[in-house]
Amino acid sequence: MELFGLFNYWVFALLLMVGFYAVISRPNLIKKLLGLSIFQAAVFLLYITMDKVEGGTAPIIQKGVDDAIYSNPLPQVLILTAIVVGISTLALGLALVVRIYEAYGTIEEDEIQQQDLNR
Amino acid sequence: MSLATQLPALQVAVPLLTAPLLVLLRGPGLAWAAACAASVMAFVIAISLTASVMTTGAISYAMGGWPGPYGIVLEIDALGTLVLLLVTGASTAALLSGRASLGLDIDAGRQHLFYAAWLIVLAGLSGIAITGDAFNVFVFMEISSLATYILIAAGPDRRALTATFKYLIMGTIGATFYLIGVGLVYMMTGTLNFADMESRIADVSDQRPILVAAGFISVGLALKAAVFPLHLWLPGAYTYAPHVVTAFLAACSTKVAIYVLLRFDFFLFQDNLVGHTMQFAVFLVPLAILGILVGSAVAMVESNLKRLLAFSSVAQIGYILLGASFANEAGLTAAVAHMFNHALAKGALFLAVAAIAMRVNGLRLQDIAGIGRRMPLTTAALAVAGASLVGVPGTAGFVSKWLLLQAAFAQGALGIAAVVVVIASSLAAVFYVWRIVECAYFGNAQAPGDAAAVVTEAPLPMLLGLWLVVIANVYFGLAPELPVSLAESAAADLLRHVP
Amino acid sequence: MSPADTILLALVLPLCGAVLIGLCGRWPNLRETITLLTATALAAVVWSLTPLIMDGGRPRLHITELFGGLEIAFSVEPLGMLFAALAATLWIVNSVYSIGYMRGNKEKHQTRFYICFAIAIAAALGVAFADNMLTLFLCYEILTLSTYPLVSHKGDAATVRSARVYLGILLGSSIGLLLPAIIWTYVATGTLTFTPGGIIDGFIDGPAVGLLLALYVFGVGKAAVMPMHRWLPAAMVAPTPVSALLHAVAVVKAGVFTVTKVIIYIFGVDELFAEPSGEWLLYAAAFTIIAASVIALRQQNLKRMLAYSTIGQLSYVILAAAVLTPLSEVGAAIHIVAHALGKITLFFAAGAIYTASKKTELHQLAGIGARMPWTMAAFTIAALSMIGVPPTGGFVSKWFILAGAFQTDNYVAIFTIILSTVLNAAYFLPIIFAAWFAKEAPGGKDHGEAPWPAVLALSITALGTLAFFFFNQPVLELESQLMARIE
Repeated sequence: MELFGLFNYWVFALLLMVGFYAVISRPNLIKKLLGLSIFQAAVFLLYITMDKVEGGTAPIIQKGVDDAIYSNPLPQVLILTAIVVGISTLALGLALVVRIYEAYGTIEEDEIQQQDLNR
Repeated sequence: MSLATQLPALQVAVPLLTAPLLVLLRGPGLAWAAACAASVMAFVIAISLTASVMTTGAISYAMGGWPGPYGIVLEIDALGTLVLLLVTGASTAALLSGRASLGLDIDAGRQHLFYAAWLIVLAGLSGIAITGDAFNVFVFMEISSLATYILIAAGPDRRALTATFKYLIMGTIGATFYLIGVGLVYMMTGTLNFADMESRIADVSDQRPILVAAGFISVGLALKAAVFPLHLWLPGAYTYAPHVVTAFLAACSTKVAIYVLLRFDFFLFQDNLVGHTMQFAVFLVPLAILGILVGSAVAMVESNLKRLLAFSSVAQIGYILLGASFANEAGLTAAVAHMFNHALAKGALFLAVAAIAMRVNGLRLQDIAGIGRRMPLTTAALAVAGASLVGVPGTAGFVSKWLLLQAAFAQGALGIAAVVVVIASSLAAVFYVWRIVECAYFGNAQAPGDAAAVVTEAPLPMLLGLWLVVIANVYFGLAPELPVSLAESAAADLLRHVP
Repeated sequence: MSPADTILLALVLPLCGAVLIGLCGRWPNLRETITLLTATALAAVVWSLTPLIMDGGRPRLHITELFGGLEIAFSVEPLGMLFAALAATLWIVNSVYSIGYMRGNKEKHQTRFYICFAIAIAAALGVAFADNMLTLFLCYEILTLSTYPLVSHKGDAATVRSARVYLGILLGSSIGLLLPAIIWTYVATGTLTFTPGGIIDGFIDGPAVGLLLALYVFGVGKAAVMPMHRWLPAAMVAPTPVSALLHAVAVVKAGVFTVTKVIIYIFGVDELFAEPSGEWLLYAAAFTIIAASVIALRQQNLKRMLAYSTIGQLSYVILAAAVLTPLSEVGAAIHIVAHALGKITLFFAAGAIYTASKKTELHQLAGIGARMPWTMAAFTIAALSMIGVPPTGGFVSKWFILAGAFQTDNYVAIFTIILSTVLNAAYFLPIIFAAWFAKEAPGGKDHGEAPWPAVLALSITALGTLAFFFFNQPVLELESQLMARIE
């Protein structure tokens, strides 16, 4: 069924929007980062979905089997890299939040802006 | 196999491999020296690559001997070398001259880490400029972005942290958008190699995913390039970053994103998508014009020196896009030449600001009143670089502004509107540059006596580096052979991909 | 030394002078000696080019090529030769005067003053010798920027405000109008080199010619065609030597020189004559002449009155050029010289009066002739030249302009010149009369002449005004080449 066949893509779009919304709407910096992570995770899903080959298996060549259908390994490799990037971003973001908390005593965006304005 | 054939790989490898070594070097002086050495080496490699591209044409280098489209291929053409020159040149000039200034901004105990991050930025930006692989661009982009966040967050003001956070959020969203776009293109073409994509994209029967990809990629890269109205991260990041970092980033980081945008658009989308050429212009021209007008207007009233220059950057990015949006040889030549010339002017300006910041407390206009008498060399450099930003004849800025206006004149009615906008913003630039210069030369210091007495000329290495860039501004204003011919062949390259 | 080297020398000499002046700032006597030596050497160098130009030579100096055939290059032709010789020669006289004025008034920042002056002269020579519009534009902007410190010399708030008006109008008009005009010309014709007969023929036609001409004329704010004239009265806050050499000779003449050059070498006189859309220039110039004269009538401040007189006189040159006959083009060139000699004398006199008595207003001048006979004699001669009374230089140029106007039965020009002559007389004669014959107001300061260098300088230029009536043959010969080229 067409709709079901695109199920993963619907989830991708949904996750993307959920993450994006969280980034935009939440004043709390940690929640923003969480949203950003969800936003990135959605893309992982997009890549993983596209490499799926109907009836495919893990792309490992075995002796005696020469008519196997393999899933495309490349997007999986790519997305491993992207996951690493995402983790680094999250780690750096959290480190920044720690520093911001040290400097401002809060991690709410509106309060931070207020403090900067008052200076 | 001689070393010369390995230059493309070394371009990225040298700074990337030096960076971890720096972490082991504890002394700040030693770390600085090593970073400089790596940066200078990268610059030399970029120059020799430019020379060979100019004589023999584009270079293709298969990483690890794996031929494309299976392996990752480094493709170096005229546009790429121009961006390489910008990135490595800006890094080298900023590093060589900026040691004293960075010493004031960053703890001695952390400087080696800072320099390591700097080299990673350098590696990432150079990597983007030479790689021929769409996903590789993403990886390099994130490498450089993550390290850039570190550099900016090292700024002395606590607002640097919030500015960095903003940049991190927007930058990551931009990169993710780009990733989505690349994924969609990969889905339809089955390849990540630019050349391979280009040959396959014409055969794609269902264009809709490609169209969506074009949207995602354009918006994502526009975020990275601070195209109006996605520029919101830029003023804060430029203002609160350590001054020398601002000089480095302002000269090249946004241009690299524009470079990728141009490559993607002209290699893949122009004329392969129905009506895309039109959409490209319709999308870019209003943004470019608004960016020019808004950036210039804000710069006219802004009183913080770095913020003022940052908003001027927003306007200048508009110039580059305006030229590119004409999508013809004259326009692209102007855009690419302006990438080069604006980097020279803005780099020099921010270096001058860094020099001033070492001697003056605060960077509001009234803080720099009267420094013309106490820092004559720095202020003179500021004035010349400002003239280049305005586009006074005899400076680099004039050349590209001339090319841009010339391209616009050939566009008919729309072009005349563009001419009016560019002229208006040039006048605005005269206004804001003049405000700085007048304040520096003719303004009266607020508190004569105490502060005035201690203000002296910036340290010698700083002055040397600054004047080197300033002289480059004048040199390329009088003998613009190199940037213009590179820009011309880059424009021809880009257009060759449009069937 | 080849002629090209001579051109280079003429451009570099004042710059070297500026550097040396900067180095010798601590020793005023040495510094002034350098100024005088540089000025004299420069005049010698520039004059050494004249025989060659008289014989029809056109030496050319190529500096660098930018892209697409755009060059930074210099060449000498009769009009530029005249302007350069004028500026270089009057710089000597003006330097003598400056020494008297600046020391007499104990001005501050004298080193900066002399440095900027030398740079401004170099830029003026660059304008004079420019081989193409791009080079001219470059030198034009340097001239604007280098004169800003001179205008804002006093440094107080009111002065800085005026200086901003000065800079704003000059830079704004040049970038906003002149630059688009230049680029338009280049896009249409593919060249910017000054060519006898013009370059736009066959590329731009119809109303576009009038529009392009407007961009040029108003873009060259230095020509002070209304409404681009506001900077000139604003510039009067400068020390008088600046007003004298720059705002009566170098800067303003650079403006009308540029306009004349554009008319002759970019549009081509014949092309413009055949094109009705360019006719407005005549009316704009006529309006400026009359309006400026009327405003001058109402001024109370001597320097401001002279400024408005200058605006009117500049438009004489524009008017003469716009009459578009060979005779009137020669008249335009001659008027550049005649007005320069007369107006510099008037400004010298105004400065001498200020230095000796601190008087700046017209009504204060009653009876001053008895105290400063030399100065006022010079003033009288120069004022007569402004009106155009023989035997002064002003008569010669007016004669040629009128002759040119009669050739084409251009009654607008004829009427304008006659009316403005009456107006000129109306604002100059009362001053002269009051200075010599009215009684001095009681209680004034007891004073004599200004310092001798100042008096010497103004006497020389007054004599020059007289001499130009009798010995204008070389200039005529030089500029009649212009006529030959036009015909």
